[in-house]
Amino acid sequence: MADAKRPLPNPNEYDTREFWAATKEQKLVYQQCDHCGTVVFHPRRHCTGCLGNALSWREAAGTGTVYTFSVVRQSYHPFFRAQVPYAVAWIDLDEGPRILSNIIGVADPAKDVAIGQRVTVVWEPHEDLSIPLFRPA
Amino acid sequence: MARERSAAIVGIHEYPSRDVEGTVSPLQIKAECAAKALADAGLAWRDVDAVYDASEGGPMSGLSICEYFGVKPNVIDTTNVGGSSYEYHAAHARRDIAAGKARVALLTYGSTAHSNAFAIGVGGRGGGGVGPADNMESFTGMTLVANYAMVARRHMHQYGTTSEQLAEISVATRLHAMRNPEAVAAMTALEFLDIRETTIADVVNSRVIADPLHLLECCMISDGGGAVVIAAPEVARDCAKPPVWILGTGEATKYPENGGDITVSAATQSGPAAFAEAGVRPSEIDIAMIYDSFSITVLTILEDLGFCPKGEGGRWVAGGRLRFDRPKDGPALNTDGGGLSSNHPGMRGIFLLIEAARQLRGESCSQVNGAKLAVAHGNGGMLGSRHCAGTVVLGRN
Repeated sequence: MADAKRPLPNPNEYDTREFWAATKEQKLVYQQCDHCGTVVFHPRRHCTGCLGNALSWREAAGTGTVYTFSVVRQSYHPFFRAQVPYAVAWIDLDEGPRILSNIIGVADPAKDVAIGQRVTVVWEPHEDLSIPLFRPA
Repeated sequence: MARERSAAIVGIHEYPSRDVEGTVSPLQIKAECAAKALADAGLAWRDVDAVYDASEGGPMSGLSICEYFGVKPNVIDTTNVGGSSYEYHAAHARRDIAAGKARVALLTYGSTAHSNAFAIGVGGRGGGGVGPADNMESFTGMTLVANYAMVARRHMHQYGTTSEQLAEISVATRLHAMRNPEAVAAMTALEFLDIRETTIADVVNSRVIADPLHLLECCMISDGGGAVVIAAPEVARDCAKPPVWILGTGEATKYPENGGDITVSAATQSGPAAFAEAGVRPSEIDIAMIYDSFSITVLTILEDLGFCPKGEGGRWVAGGRLRFDRPKDGPALNTDGGGLSSNHPGMRGIFLLIEAARQLRGESCSQVNGAKLAVAHGNGGMLGSRHCAGTVVLGRN
């Protein structure tokens, strides 16, 4: 499976298409409610804090903290099994959203990734969008 | 103290084989289990007036399963919340019976996950849907094990929990499995290596699948199925076996939230509701049938159900407290051998009810003498992202 590729998001998915469109310009965006201030993430068309839908898109700085992570040692996916071991992490962006991604750019993910670690976004470009990955800050 | 006795489990059957080698279908497993559970109760197909189905056999199962069985129920419920579906079905059956809508409810499950090489347990990819949440997550290669492993990692960070403490779950469960001939046959059929009681060292020295979870902390991938018959008091009185009463139930969801605590499961919501309705405290529970997809699932849920304070689960389980032969120290855990070592075809929730009923009838291979109260807690979906919880408190006559 030499040509196995990372599974990419659907850029036309109704709730997340604006998020993925912004990644083309390597912008990491999230929504905040104009009315009640709730940070909404993953993206949606409605506010989960109030009954409104006046959500504004904001650009995140791309920095955050590792909330938790795991190092995958075994995968049956044709792309990911060639990547093991790799780190998957929930990352708390400084603006509030918690995003799932990979921590890359470390020699040994089991030793070089930690809860509380500061990380910053790095972009993996594709034709229609870019994938937000993170490396130690 | 409610302890209202409005519905009881009166019939049970667990499909004995965990590797059907492609010889039977999930529907055939469901029908065979249904017939045997009805026979166990001393009832017949014609008595069934309510059917609960998680649609694992195909779409529109509320119609198709009734035709397949040859029943014409008055109540049809196709709640599907993954592995916790059967705890929801039990709750709904009790509610429907108490409301006078039905007298005899039939719950069934059938799966050939092993024969189909279905991707669960250590093989699960995680995610897989097409909704907005999946569209934000599937690019990461988060496997099913990694999803749960991230809960374990955070639990270790927040509370000092160790792999050795988590291994207690696997060791107690395997001890019970070795006493259950069907579980031993299952591990044999699924080609487990070196089938025997395990030690803490065995578990923590088994290979890491997704840090910090090891192979022996992960459930098996089996074929299998089962059936449960739930009946009204006036039916239960005349059934072949003693009734196992449904005393309280609870349902809840949990999903990722910005700033949320991943170590807390939906059991914190479903558990207190079920215990309060039953008028029972966790400390009174003899048998804890808790969905053991992975070791961390059990540890988290034990805490969230209130068996010990949040974060103290690791220290609480240490030393073998969960074994069936230490009833004074706390509940016996997964006395059939659990999903870790007996039966996990994808949605294990029905077996939690079945083994709880066996214990309260006095029929378990690892019988706790005088067991009076049990809790069955199903966790459907994925612990580290989004899941449903169903808690059912059960009591004997």
